[in-house]
Amino acid sequence: MTVLLDVEQVSKYFPAGGGLGPLARFKRRLSGGPELLPKVYAVDDVSFVINKGETVGLVGESGCGKSSLVRTLTRLLDVTGGRIKLGDRELSLKPSRVFARDRDRARIQMVFQDAGESVNPRFTAFDAIADPLRRLRKLRGKLLKERVEAVATQCGLPLQLLSRFPHQLSGGQRARVGIARAIAVGPDLLVLDEPTAALDVSVQVVILQLLQQLKREFGMSYLFVSHDLSVVRLLCDRVLVMYLGKVVESGPAAEVFEHPLHPYTQALVAAVPRLHDDGVERLRLSGEPRSPIDPDPNVCRFYGRCPRGTDACKTTMPALRSFGAHEVACHFAEEFLPQVKAAS
Amino acid sequence: MISAPALAVEGLSVEFRTRGGIVRALDNVSFGVEKGETIALVGESGSGKSVTAYAVMGILDPAGRVTGGRAMLGGLDLLSATASQIAEVRGRDIAMIFQNPRTALNPIRPVGRQIADVLIRHGNVPRNKAQGEAVEMLRAVGITDPVRRAKAYPFEMSGGMCQRVMIAIALAAKPSLLIADEPTTGLDVTTQAVIMDLVNDLARQMGMATIFITHDLALAGQRSARIVVMHAGHVVENAPTKEIFEHPRHPYTSELIAATPDSAASLDELASIPGSLPDLRRADLPPCRYSERCPRKIDACAQPLPHTTFGADHVVACWNPLPEKAALAPTESAA
Repeated sequence: MTVLLDVEQVSKYFPAGGGLGPLARFKRRLSGGPELLPKVYAVDDVSFVINKGETVGLVGESGCGKSSLVRTLTRLLDVTGGRIKLGDRELSLKPSRVFARDRDRARIQMVFQDAGESVNPRFTAFDAIADPLRRLRKLRGKLLKERVEAVATQCGLPLQLLSRFPHQLSGGQRARVGIARAIAVGPDLLVLDEPTAALDVSVQVVILQLLQQLKREFGMSYLFVSHDLSVVRLLCDRVLVMYLGKVVESGPAAEVFEHPLHPYTQALVAAVPRLHDDGVERLRLSGEPRSPIDPDPNVCRFYGRCPRGTDACKTTMPALRSFGAHEVACHFAEEFLPQVKAAS
Repeated sequence: MISAPALAVEGLSVEFRTRGGIVRALDNVSFGVEKGETIALVGESGSGKSVTAYAVMGILDPAGRVTGGRAMLGGLDLLSATASQIAEVRGRDIAMIFQNPRTALNPIRPVGRQIADVLIRHGNVPRNKAQGEAVEMLRAVGITDPVRRAKAYPFEMSGGMCQRVMIAIALAAKPSLLIADEPTTGLDVTTQAVIMDLVNDLARQMGMATIFITHDLALAGQRSARIVVMHAGHVVENAPTKEIFEHPRHPYTSELIAATPDSAASLDELASIPGSLPDLRRADLPPCRYSERCPRKIDACAQPLPHTTFGADHVVACWNPLPEKAALAPTESAA
């Protein structure tokens, strides 16, 4: 398998301001006070790869840094540290404003959560799909029209709908527009940020199957961000679980969901409602996540909410350790391991 | 279980006047919820779940009009009651949790005060004791450090905490009926599980009836004793939860189950539901609003909808319901 995207120790910190305006900060600097502002560790030292033709799921609760990571990878944000390599091209060096006109811009495209919100309301479906083609592929006139119609057809969007505005389309049709404009320029990697969150189950099925079919047809890789674990289980080959800016567990989707090793993943899997509930007592998380502002580098991010937490978790941050294809950042992963061995 | 219904909705019909014509949003909707029972209203968006709740609560949009039916709460018909009668009942006997806690809470009033408001108006709590009671309510819904949190504004709290505050407000006056309209949409699964546990536990403790509105069939199955499936303003099936998953009789219910991601082992096995909701403004709306999407359509479908009963309490509005077991076949062959 060839590696398509190689993410190495990527971090993204945001200044938290600390309640100080620019003038107050300047004064503080003059008076010799601490110059550095508190920082939100949105993404902290994350490494992973996406292979060609692979679908990787990214799950975690809101505020865990999924979106920051995705925006950093798609180069809508600049990295604080680390490297992002797409094939043999290093992406993290160029500022995001310059990268917007880069020839490799077309290679990573994104499908946003709600196409009703993310498509320009004054653009018809045709314009929405044509815009990236005009900008990145410099297509005009007849060629442009042909390409737009070809992609619309591939995405199951009837051609007579191309002249409509987003508000004149149904949720499923809008989702198709969102997908069509992302694949129009022929990307290698498609980043999907909860593409079906706004859809009903009946429509969700159709869109998921469309995504599956497009992937087979064009050999794209997907990074699929979602908090619907039952959807991730169906669509993804591998899954990354994030908690407060860190990847806490990763591995083949089936294995992670059937034998989660990290206590957070266990709670996450246990919280998914099942059609046929077995009535087993479910693991519950109590409390709120720790603050992402300047977190103590020696304390496990999950400490305080973790049912397994001990003093060791307060003094050493657990590193990601490999157990076959399965990686987990927990001191106590071994306790759950026998189950994995028994299963394999 | 006492079988006196906490709420009985009979033949509820609601219309909306719009520029494009009259939308017949609800047509002859009937269901009941018993004391201490939790039922779920399930359906896709546009099926009329929320409109049903709004009609019962008397908070329909001004363009909406109840054109028929009754909603009996004890001896009071909520649909024909006067505004002041409803204002007495609302908050005291029926309470509602809304979908988006951040927008449903008053943004410029501390959350403790918002709970105290309900206690003073409906809970017979004297003004000077209300704030203390409000803090206790916050404690009861599992908010840590409730004394400090009572002074917080909604924007200072996370979505999960705002939803707990909403629950505290709804339960402040110990209502006999709680309507929860998608209470966990937009929350993380882990928070969702905790919030739903909280609602279930409090309902059990207080012997409260709960109507739980959701589009998530799996969640409904886990949390309610009975499921009422709605489609385009009709109740198509109403049965105990176990019964509805094991022997769905209405074709729509069966397809809804097959479309739920949890039901399949792989993506290819998931079945989509062909077609979409009919336009409810149409004058020639067929008696069965599902018939145009239905794979089991027969000639009888042109007649007014039947209400066939299977067993003790399994009601189906279909002329050609699925036979027992047969509906399970697609899921079994999938596994």
